[in-house]
Amino acid sequence: MIKLKVNGRTRTFKGAPFTRLIDVLREELGLTGTKEGCGEGECGACTVLVDGAAVCSCLIPVCQADGASVETVESLGTPEKLGALQEGFLKEGGAQCGICTPGMLMSATGWLRRGGGADAASLRCAIAGNLCRCTGYQHIIDSVVSSVKGRKRARR
Amino acid sequence: MRGDSASMKVLRPATADEAVRMYARAPKALPVAGGTDVMVLWNAGLLNGRVVLDLWGVEEWRKIRVRKDGILIGALATHARLREHPAIREKFPLLSEACATVGAEQIQNRGTIGGNVANASPAGDTFPALAVYEAVVHVASAKGRRTLPLSQVFAGVKKTALAPGELIEAIFLPMLPRRPDRRVFRKVGQRAAQTISKTVGAAVLFLNKDGTVEELRVAFGSVAPTVRRLRAAEDALKGRLLTAASAEEACGLIERDISPIDDMRSTREYRLRVTRNILRAFLWS
Repeated sequence: MIKLKVNGRTRTFKGAPFTRLIDVLREELGLTGTKEGCGEGECGACTVLVDGAAVCSCLIPVCQADGASVETVESLGTPEKLGALQEGFLKEGGAQCGICTPGMLMSATGWLRRGGGADAASLRCAIAGNLCRCTGYQHIIDSVVSSVKGRKRARR
Repeated sequence: MRGDSASMKVLRPATADEAVRMYARAPKALPVAGGTDVMVLWNAGLLNGRVVLDLWGVEEWRKIRVRKDGILIGALATHARLREHPAIREKFPLLSEACATVGAEQIQNRGTIGGNVANASPAGDTFPALAVYEAVVHVASAKGRRTLPLSQVFAGVKKTALAPGELIEAIFLPMLPRRPDRRVFRKVGQRAAQTISKTVGAAVLFLNKDGTVEELRVAFGSVAPTVRRLRAAEDALKGRLLTAASAEEACGLIERDISPIDDMRSTREYRLRVTRNILRAFLWS
């Protein structure tokens, strides 16, 4: 039996240990915010945080997440009360087709949490493992920058 | 065909001893560290029915030990940790720089140095740095332990010289005699990040007081079946002053050691020219 903490709740998984983390999240736990793009670690759409670090959930057999803390896009906010990053994406038009968006949000979350810079150059580096075929990235960068500014304003 | 998790048998050792004993009993098992290469094949349905030796839980292989004579890096240390480790950044900066170019954040957080070496890709981005630092690979099996120089580990494209039952447990980087006078790491791919190298190189240079070359160490990947030191160029410059002419002479010798091919990522001609340009810029600019 595999035990993991998902978005703060302890969950157990009794299926095959080599089941991918993304399949456990989507199929077993109904957390369909996480998307599968390429299935080979190139596109980053399936990015979640495992013990705080951004990883591709399509490349992790769930046995390797035994005992770990997993955070998905669902942890960032609710439709009624969006998180700051989500607000930023909404305000700046950071999402178009939306497939890359959960991964972008989670990569940005991991980056900002470990003290990464909120300037455009640092952010481009932070999301280098996330592909977007719609936006040309600029609106995504603007969204993250805007959310950080919003957060600073809120603190004042 | 996709990966079928029900068809997989997973062995999950918690210690190094357990790992080598389990591997001895299941010699056909596929060792998995961070899984960033294995899972790509598995997702494509190419590994169904296999026994997997999941090494992720072997905590003792995660340690990085800084010693007087060098740094012993546990096989399960991730690229992200090597990228940020203060002693590695100070003593072996080419390795930190290389680790920062492997895939992107998600891959660096998961992929391990031991897995990278065991995978033996011709395009392994950490290998030129490991070759320049003359890394020693520590392997363990149920029969015991041994060490071998990195140059003896790679046997060809995606092939290592490890014996059946042997697992990489650590990579040792011996301290350099002193800080090199110059160093360089360069990776050239289709884009700035998340890319596979067309050519990737690392070098350190030690100069004598009179400006002549005491020692040059330079290695390139993606330009031969395995990483290669450019021995002919290194030897040609020993004891000589670096000038436009001597640098050019060294650049003319690279084909003694490397033999790039045309493939989906690049051409032989491009790889030779860019490799020469990187070397020339390092030696004389």
